[in-house]
Amino acid sequence: MSNIPSELKYATSHEWVRNEGDGTVTIGITEHAQELLGDMVFVELPEVGDEVAVGDDVAVAESVKAASDIYAPVSGEVIEVNEDLEDSPELVNSDAFGDGWMFKVKLDDASELDALLDAEGYENSIDDE
Amino acid sequence: MTNKTVLHAKHLESSAKMVDFHGWEMPINYGSQIEEHHAVRTDAGMFDVSHMTIVDIEGRDVKAFLRYLLANDVEKLTVAGKALYTGMLNEEGGVIDDLIVYYFNDNFYRLIVNSATREKDLAWLAKQSSDYSISITERPEFAMIAVQGPQAKAKVATILNGEQTAAVDGMKPFFGVQAGELFIATTGYTGEAGYEIVVTNEQAPKLWQQLLDAGVKPCGLGARDTLRLEAGMNLYGLDMDETVSPLAANMAWTISWEPSERNFIGRKVLEAQREAGDQHKLVGLVLEEKGVLRTGLKVLVNGEEGVITSGTFSPTLGHSIAMARVPRSIGETCEVEMRKKSVTVKVIKPSFVRNGKKVF
Repeated sequence: MSNIPSELKYATSHEWVRNEGDGTVTIGITEHAQELLGDMVFVELPEVGDEVAVGDDVAVAESVKAASDIYAPVSGEVIEVNEDLEDSPELVNSDAFGDGWMFKVKLDDASELDALLDAEGYENSIDDE
Repeated sequence: MTNKTVLHAKHLESSAKMVDFHGWEMPINYGSQIEEHHAVRTDAGMFDVSHMTIVDIEGRDVKAFLRYLLANDVEKLTVAGKALYTGMLNEEGGVIDDLIVYYFNDNFYRLIVNSATREKDLAWLAKQSSDYSISITERPEFAMIAVQGPQAKAKVATILNGEQTAAVDGMKPFFGVQAGELFIATTGYTGEAGYEIVVTNEQAPKLWQQLLDAGVKPCGLGARDTLRLEAGMNLYGLDMDETVSPLAANMAWTISWEPSERNFIGRKVLEAQREAGDQHKLVGLVLEEKGVLRTGLKVLVNGEEGVITSGTFSPTLGHSIAMARVPRSIGETCEVEMRKKSVTVKVIKPSFVRNGKKVF
């Protein structure tokens, strides 16, 4: 079974969200998702300053196997993207919840976090796949 | 019902991720497909190819039969152990399968055919051979391990006995030799030097372990696909099938037109196609910007359409490459309809990497 950290929130579309406690969140894709996709070869990230809304396709994770859309799990402004992924997309494979993070968002509405899954809920959702 | 090779347990020991491959449970990777790819390009990797089908054909009519059955001409094979790559065509000139035929003597040849096409291949052999005095024997008692890479032969050498070492000494490419209990061939599907080794099912796990201990990295079907695509080698079912002429699949070089009186299955149709010049051709595509050319994407050439038959990210080159079947009028570039955009890609001969080096 994949590692699913309990301190994170999740979307059923396999993004994780870490609440930084200052009105911002960090977003990436889960270990389960990177396992499904296989070795990452390109990651296309949003631009800093982009306004994103829940469910928008904002990034693309392209692996040896397939190109997969990444959806914004929350609404807000993109304030930072992980530029290391430009040269080292494999960070998404080796450290999905750490160095493989994708972008940070300044939340429009912190209550959107409540709509996301906790670790247990995410685990149940992938068991159902 | 899923088949398993005799090396199945060895794959699980090496933490393989297993997938269904045409009815066989096979390793797709052992962690990282890209690391496995690089191991073959820079050192040595091995693949379990035991799912492939070995067919021995013996009898006094074998040569005549194979000269009729295959588009390439086994008459070229005169030295024991020499191998030949060829298409096996239907009456319409479509490719039933691509295969390697080994010559042992005029009464004894070995075919190695694809696993996905096993049943139809065997049925075709049986059907076409009814008028010939031959016996066709499948050899499921053998497993097969491909060891490939610049250090492959050196690493294999560490586990061969004296007799086997002598048997493979100085062996040229595309030869096979029975060396004690092993049939060792200088063939492969990666564009690197190395061997394909046929071994009994009983001995296979031990040989696999010896190769592991010699530092050969286990590699899955994922790396096998990126390696063969970089090498410009066709994959049956993607780059050609029964509806595709070898002339449209970069296999014209495998058709022996001479002697003109040799009749082989599909010959008449191929001659007409060659005369008409109406077949598409298989080319290589190169995308140097971000993105991956994927199998099935549409290619636009001067208003006509082609298709990407195999596309991938090339780990050796660091960008995407593909093979595409396109109109013959294609120039130096063409357009591919990618996700949400159309991109211009470079058109080359379908060969990208050989012996670790870019070749275009």
